[in-house]
Amino acid sequence: MNPLDILLWVAFPYAAAGVFIVGHLLRYRFDQFGWTSRSSQTYENKWLRWGSPLFHYGILMVFGGHIVGLFIPKPWLEFFGVTEHIYHLGATWLGSIAAVLTIAGLVILLVRRRLVARVKLVTTVMDKVMYLFLTGTIAFGTTATVLYQVLGAGYDYRGSISPWIRSLYGFQPDPALMSDVPFFFQLHVLCATSLFLLWPFTRLVHVFSAPLGYFVRPYIVYRSRDGHRGTGAVKARRGWEKSELPRGTRDKEGSRR
Amino acid sequence: MRVMAQMSMIMNLDKCIGCHTCSVTCKQVWTNRTGVEYVWFNNVETKPGVGYPRRYEDQEKWKGGWQRNKRGRLKLRSGGRIKRLATIFNNPDLPVIDDYYEPWTYDYDMLTKAPLSTESPVARPKSLLTGQNMDIKWSGNWDDDLGGSQETAADDPILATMSEHVKMEFENTFMFYLPRICEHCLNPACVAACPSGAMYKREEDGIVLVDEDGCRGWRMCVSACPYKKVYFNHKTGKAEKCTLCYPLIEQGKPTICSETCVGRLRYLGLMLYDADAVLAQASVENEHDLLDAQRACFLDPFDPEVIAAAKAEGMEDDWILAAQNSPIYKLISEYKVALPLHPEYRTMPMVWYIPPLSPVVDVISTTNNDGEDARTLFAAIDKLRIPVEYLAGLFSAGDVVPVEDSLRKLAAMRSYMRDINLGRDRDESIPEAVGMTGTEIEAMYRLLAIAKYEDRYVIPKAHVETARELEELACSLDTDGGPGMGGPTAATAAGPYGKTPGMPLNATVDNYNQMVGKGGERTKPTTPGRVNLLNWTGGGVPDGMFPPRTIDGATGSPA
Repeated sequence: MNPLDILLWVAFPYAAAGVFIVGHLLRYRFDQFGWTSRSSQTYENKWLRWGSPLFHYGILMVFGGHIVGLFIPKPWLEFFGVTEHIYHLGATWLGSIAAVLTIAGLVILLVRRRLVARVKLVTTVMDKVMYLFLTGTIAFGTTATVLYQVLGAGYDYRGSISPWIRSLYGFQPDPALMSDVPFFFQLHVLCATSLFLLWPFTRLVHVFSAPLGYFVRPYIVYRSRDGHRGTGAVKARRGWEKSELPRGTRDKEGSRR
Repeated sequence: MRVMAQMSMIMNLDKCIGCHTCSVTCKQVWTNRTGVEYVWFNNVETKPGVGYPRRYEDQEKWKGGWQRNKRGRLKLRSGGRIKRLATIFNNPDLPVIDDYYEPWTYDYDMLTKAPLSTESPVARPKSLLTGQNMDIKWSGNWDDDLGGSQETAADDPILATMSEHVKMEFENTFMFYLPRICEHCLNPACVAACPSGAMYKREEDGIVLVDEDGCRGWRMCVSACPYKKVYFNHKTGKAEKCTLCYPLIEQGKPTICSETCVGRLRYLGLMLYDADAVLAQASVENEHDLLDAQRACFLDPFDPEVIAAAKAEGMEDDWILAAQNSPIYKLISEYKVALPLHPEYRTMPMVWYIPPLSPVVDVISTTNNDGEDARTLFAAIDKLRIPVEYLAGLFSAGDVVPVEDSLRKLAAMRSYMRDINLGRDRDESIPEAVGMTGTEIEAMYRLLAIAKYEDRYVIPKAHVETARELEELACSLDTDGGPGMGGPTAATAAGPYGKTPGMPLNATVDNYNQMVGKGGERTKPTTPGRVNLLNWTGGGVPDGMFPPRTIDGATGSPA
């Protein structure tokens, strides 16, 4: 275990996780107004119509694959009858489809962002940094899969990378597991960790506002200007929540002219 | 029965001269910021015409509003919950900015600072999206006064539903203006479509608002609103819409568009309605029944049962009194001259219109007949199918009967009041012909023609003992970058999170020159350091506002 291993596979991931969690909490607390997907659809829709769904559905599949591959221990899957062979087939085929969708979408989105003047002009520095690490992560991951899994003999990351990640979650970090992992997998992991570090400061926060509550809430939402209205004779029903004053108003109170 | 109060508006279209004062004052108050340059919470359309955004009334294309399905239940035309979340990555029905228009400014600086040349300097139009030169091909009211409508009017979705000869003749027949704001619907499709639940209807006064902090920029409200009155701020990535100037309404003052209306054609007041009845009434099968269905949701503010129920809901006495004095209640429920805009969208809109009699009167006058004679007017309303059918397409889902009834009442008022003003005997047969009494006609005349300020606006104040934020200068929309912001400084706009791309947030529309480092260099002013006072927000002293100081402290022009 050399110091570099500890830095890369223990210190860095924990630092990234800390920034990820604290950054999101702080941003959620202090920057509700900036918390948006910041869509560029109103500028241009012909490219986005294809690029955005391709990328998003692809990346959701990729996310699902990573959950299965990284967080579910091998013996558990085998208990359910998912043998190494079945897992490998599934990971390769579904993974390839997901990769094609994601990469096709990402390429369309990147080209659009560069070539459509309206979209290019609203791209911030943070957007560019984020795109760099996002593209890097996807590119290294795909390269590793193609090199080692498709063309090569196949590398069992469920014996090294997956236990390493779970060792981090268990606060029993085992950096030795990562030292012999193939180079492109290492690059992929480091790039992804950097992306997590940047995450709370980018537009990627919109991932955490996936509006699943829409499935269960009533269509028409009523809110009261203040919480004191009504005699209480009629019980408030679902969908008639009391609203809070926008936070900005209260924050500004001290500085009011 | 759940009694709710709705702050509503009625516009008397006969009085609209299409001056756009409402639009301009509204824009100055609400949308003179970057990201909403193309947005007009209030706009005035010439009808027939394609409207703003172009062809917004074509719901086959835009999928706005509600639809009644085979089981008799209401469904958003753009699809239910599952489809909405499945298409969240790319809203299939969203208008792009070109459907409104590409916002622009002019290189005014060129006019005064161009170097000596044989040609006159020109102020070229510059896109506010890219800073590049652009050709202006469309705007919010490009077909104003039927300008260029030989080419565009055929695209008017309402004309398209009428018979062929209309398209050929309409230009010689009629024209009127239609000012539009958010309808603050009883059954708002935008609220129903918001995946984040950030849009809501205010319990106190029914004003539909966007919670700017909760909005995540999914843009479903923009496409679900059949009137296209929710807009996407392309700089902040949040939805914005007409607020019915609620900071003013809460103080008992009319909205900016009403206050500044030159023709005094707008009315503001409360309607009491039964919130529990709305869904069933919005789901009636026949579109022609929707007008009566909406009227059936309204409650009589003089009915003791309604008053008791309203008090049980916590409504204060002054609000009930305001509902009883409401000009809206008189025009909708007593005189029945006001009609809703596009009831067929099933959103139960609450900005209603008194249809214009002027297209009919104009035709009579041009044929040298008496445009103020009741019998002539009645006959003309029956005969002039084209304007009446067109108005029906706007205000009653194509049913001409309510439009005719309303126009006949206006004609009766015109004729009956002429006799009085000329000192002739009152002809009581005229009000009788439209089912009214002479006293009612006179009261309606007072409300519509005299239109005293206190008669037009009956607005109860929000209850101060329960509200914390009613000072006019510090409205609760004053969040940074929010619609009511007092203009955040560059420091607050450039925090670690709140940075928006492109131009600074505190800029006004006239500011493409400030797009420093964003492709705007080529369009920088010829005299750097000059200050356009139109862009000055009042905070701080920008460079170049005053001439540089000389060494001894006195000011003067540089050598």
